[in-house]
Amino acid sequence: MAMYSKRKKTFELITQLVRKQLNYKFSRFLFLFERWRKEFYRMSWGDIGYWCITVTWCYLVLSSNSIWADTSFSNVIDDVQPKIVKIYGAGGFRGLEPYQSGFLISSQGHIVTAWSYVLDTDELTVTLNNGHRFDAQILGSDPRTEIALLKIEGSDFPCFDLEKTVEVDTGSRILAFSNIFGVATGDESASVLHGCIAARSALAARRGAFVLPYKGPAYILDAMTNNPGAAGGALTDRQGQLAGVLGKELRDAANNTWLNYAIPINELRGAIDDIRTGKIIPRHMDADIKKPKFPTTIEHLGISLVPDILTKTPPFIDKIGIGSLAELAGLRTDDLILYVDEHMVQSCKEFVRELELIDKDDKITLTVRRDQELVTAELQAKSVSPATPQSD
Amino acid sequence: MTQKVATAMLAVAVVSAPLYASENEGSFSNVPQQVLQAEADRVQAIATALRSSVSVFSNDGGGGGSGVVISPDGYALTNYHVVQPVGEAMKCSMPDGILYDAVIVGIDPTGDVALIKLLGRDDFPSAVMGDSDQVRVGDWCFAVGNPFLLATDFQPTVTYGLVSGIHRYQYPAGTLLEYADCLQTDAAINPGNSGGPLFDGKGHLIGVNGRGSFEKRGRVNVGVGYAISINQIKNFMGFLRSGRIVDHATLGASVSTDEDGRVVVTNILKSSDAYRRGLRYGDEILFFGNRVIQSANEFKNTLGIYPKGWRVPIEFNQDGKRQTRLVRLAGVHREEELLGKMQRMSDPPHQDKPVPDQERKHRKQDGDGQDDQTPDEGEKSSEKDQPDVPKPSKPTLPQKKNIPESVAPVYEARRGFANYYFNRFHRDRIWKALLNHGDFQNCDGAWTLTGQLGEEDSLELVISSEHVDCRFGDEQELIDLKQDLDAQLVPHGSGGLLVALHLWHRFLTMGPERFGEVYYLGTAPMSGQNELVDVLVAIHDTIEVHFQCDVKTGYLVGMEMYPERDVDPCEIRFDRYETRDGNETPYRMEVRYGDKSYGIIEFEDVQMDASSDDSA
Repeated sequence: MAMYSKRKKTFELITQLVRKQLNYKFSRFLFLFERWRKEFYRMSWGDIGYWCITVTWCYLVLSSNSIWADTSFSNVIDDVQPKIVKIYGAGGFRGLEPYQSGFLISSQGHIVTAWSYVLDTDELTVTLNNGHRFDAQILGSDPRTEIALLKIEGSDFPCFDLEKTVEVDTGSRILAFSNIFGVATGDESASVLHGCIAARSALAARRGAFVLPYKGPAYILDAMTNNPGAAGGALTDRQGQLAGVLGKELRDAANNTWLNYAIPINELRGAIDDIRTGKIIPRHMDADIKKPKFPTTIEHLGISLVPDILTKTPPFIDKIGIGSLAELAGLRTDDLILYVDEHMVQSCKEFVRELELIDKDDKITLTVRRDQELVTAELQAKSVSPATPQSD
Repeated sequence: MTQKVATAMLAVAVVSAPLYASENEGSFSNVPQQVLQAEADRVQAIATALRSSVSVFSNDGGGGGSGVVISPDGYALTNYHVVQPVGEAMKCSMPDGILYDAVIVGIDPTGDVALIKLLGRDDFPSAVMGDSDQVRVGDWCFAVGNPFLLATDFQPTVTYGLVSGIHRYQYPAGTLLEYADCLQTDAAINPGNSGGPLFDGKGHLIGVNGRGSFEKRGRVNVGVGYAISINQIKNFMGFLRSGRIVDHATLGASVSTDEDGRVVVTNILKSSDAYRRGLRYGDEILFFGNRVIQSANEFKNTLGIYPKGWRVPIEFNQDGKRQTRLVRLAGVHREEELLGKMQRMSDPPHQDKPVPDQERKHRKQDGDGQDDQTPDEGEKSSEKDQPDVPKPSKPTLPQKKNIPESVAPVYEARRGFANYYFNRFHRDRIWKALLNHGDFQNCDGAWTLTGQLGEEDSLELVISSEHVDCRFGDEQELIDLKQDLDAQLVPHGSGGLLVALHLWHRFLTMGPERFGEVYYLGTAPMSGQNELVDVLVAIHDTIEVHFQCDVKTGYLVGMEMYPERDVDPCEIRFDRYETRDGNETPYRMEVRYGDKSYGIIEFEDVQMDASSDDSA
């Protein structure tokens, strides 16, 4: 009887192991174990030994030939999908889709996505693969790589491990996960496309054909991965390991060709880490910084911004004063202000607040985006006009 | 035991041996065996699947799309938006190099499906049906078709890809061309692929390609194509074979996902069957059609796979209690509304559909298609100068009369039908099967049925051409057939059993020709059973009767009598057929009304008089 219960214990252990090992979808096959249970109790140790050898041998034979050489990606995809998120934000007019894609990179809810107009809102929603919805907070973004990091509240999220990413070679098969065309809503899974790496090439090498602030290497893909809503999606290898971030839609102005590309994740690691560790955050959120007595104002620089009508109006220059510091520095109408010195600004309000931290006689470096190019302008108070005494 | 083990090991070795056999074919010698095997499997699957594919062309050589043969007698599936501009008769090429005449059979404008029939053979290569509910994201698949109408050499194009999404929902244009519960693939779906098959990696038919997301990149594939799932089409198959213009279903209630993720009823029509079955505002939907419902989209997807009129199980949570009901689904459209919408569809504002640009422009020129009934010869000849420009001949379906001789015997125009020929065919087929079991056309006198209702009451029924008389226990009910039938729904609680029996008598003695309007509805599940029955709809005065016949045996197994719109029918199940005077008669009837059983009648004797003069 002792033998019996020992066997029973062993059986429970095996069942548990099998349950853990197999996908829950296969759990229906467990009835086979139930059936074998009685046989198992009655078997001699010799028989058990034979069975163990047989099962192992069958496994080895089968797993090495094409019956089990899994030709479907469905298991890999099932593993990746929970890490992909659908992001909903600003847009919804003039062909600007109010959605894009992203993926989780930490179990605490850090999400990598593309930096775009979709994030220009205070009401950013993230929907997980299981349909759970979260309000997302923008931790920061890096306009040079056009990447943004979001955060949702919670823990134990399924995620990619940035320590375990892959570089993929030209010709490697890849999978692209994104919510293209916003097809998926709620608990519906993102779309998956397959393809190959056609080339690894610097985007800037296209001689201005495809203009992007990002000048580093990119994976050029042979699948039509970069559709509306795809930006921020994940590129993985055939094992589902993270290789890159799907870029925004990009079209050659000359020949209307659309480019399908992803930025290698390793090119973005630095920016992601910087945002995550708080290196790229607006300074006005830092309470320790003292404001100068005579702060800079936009009037002083000769800049007027577009009307601030949104919660996060992008700081586009609306007008430049004639003979102003801004004009002398070469700034133009329609430039989008990205940085004040080293500090990123994401809205008109942030820009104004950032200026308040700078003494009006100090040199200011503004980084702006002009037609997809990053331009740096230095605004220096005229040395000929000495600071006019201002007394209180 | 040891022997068993040895046998098992041997079996595995035998099975795996051919997979190991190295072939050493020149430069392929260093390619792993699995890869070569996978390639060989794929080549084989495509070669087999290819044989059933069809390229659809309009009779004048312009316009067209793709299709797939699903039965050896030539029934083929395509899109409604393919046949809509092409017309009732079309030419279909197959990879065997033969151009076949084909005729329209049935259409589903809401679901964008059309059934056509290729003529001239009864041994067409047909596709193996798959199960689209078993498809997983990441599975390989391939589309076969006629993109850009390239198949002028009759050889279709194969595009390979993987399944990008399942259970997708694509909004309709208005109420037509809704893609519910569809498959999404990155296999290239281009204009002209419409109506063509999507096969899984094994070459089993899992869907019918019909549309893609294009937006600003022009009307070519951008890696996002959609296929109508084959399981949805399976539900509609009987309806499509009926030659009718079929409709999709609505519950009569709208649902939405609330903050807690529950799917709740936010609006419900009091006239709907769902309301009569007890569904109310605020109830949480748990299951619908045996699918777990976790989002409003999921509900819409599930609803989209059922035809109008089907009864589908629904489980809902009402004040903490789980209720399971069978609910009868109403149509998305009223009949006239659907016909009107089809008329207007001659110029669809649809940018999602892979219809060639030229075709769209042409449709715009046609206006709403009302005044373009005769073909413009001048335009047609100019078309011949530009063979690669697909143009449809005429815009609307039901009005055209340009039927070639070869197709004329199997085409019959009638309002509300895609091709009445097939409806008549099935109506006659079912009637013939009924006659095999019993011919009552000479027994048009009084029928006297005696037996037991339930356990206690003895019952006598007299059905004549003037009244139906019923005695059970001490009670008597009588209906006068000269009065309005819908005002005599007795006995109480049966929903009009006597009227139903009268119409049963009338149908069996008169046959479908003399009964009134009788048409074939298609196949539907009976009271939520899985097996489908053939349904004939018979209309007498204002009363609609559905006669349900077993598909295999041809027995009349049930009927539903609807005295008017939006009320519960009186349902009778016929059972225990026994032969009497050479005719098989049911000796058991179960009567149901609403959610309740009225009773079971077991007959002991059935007298059927030949002459109507004998009636009481």
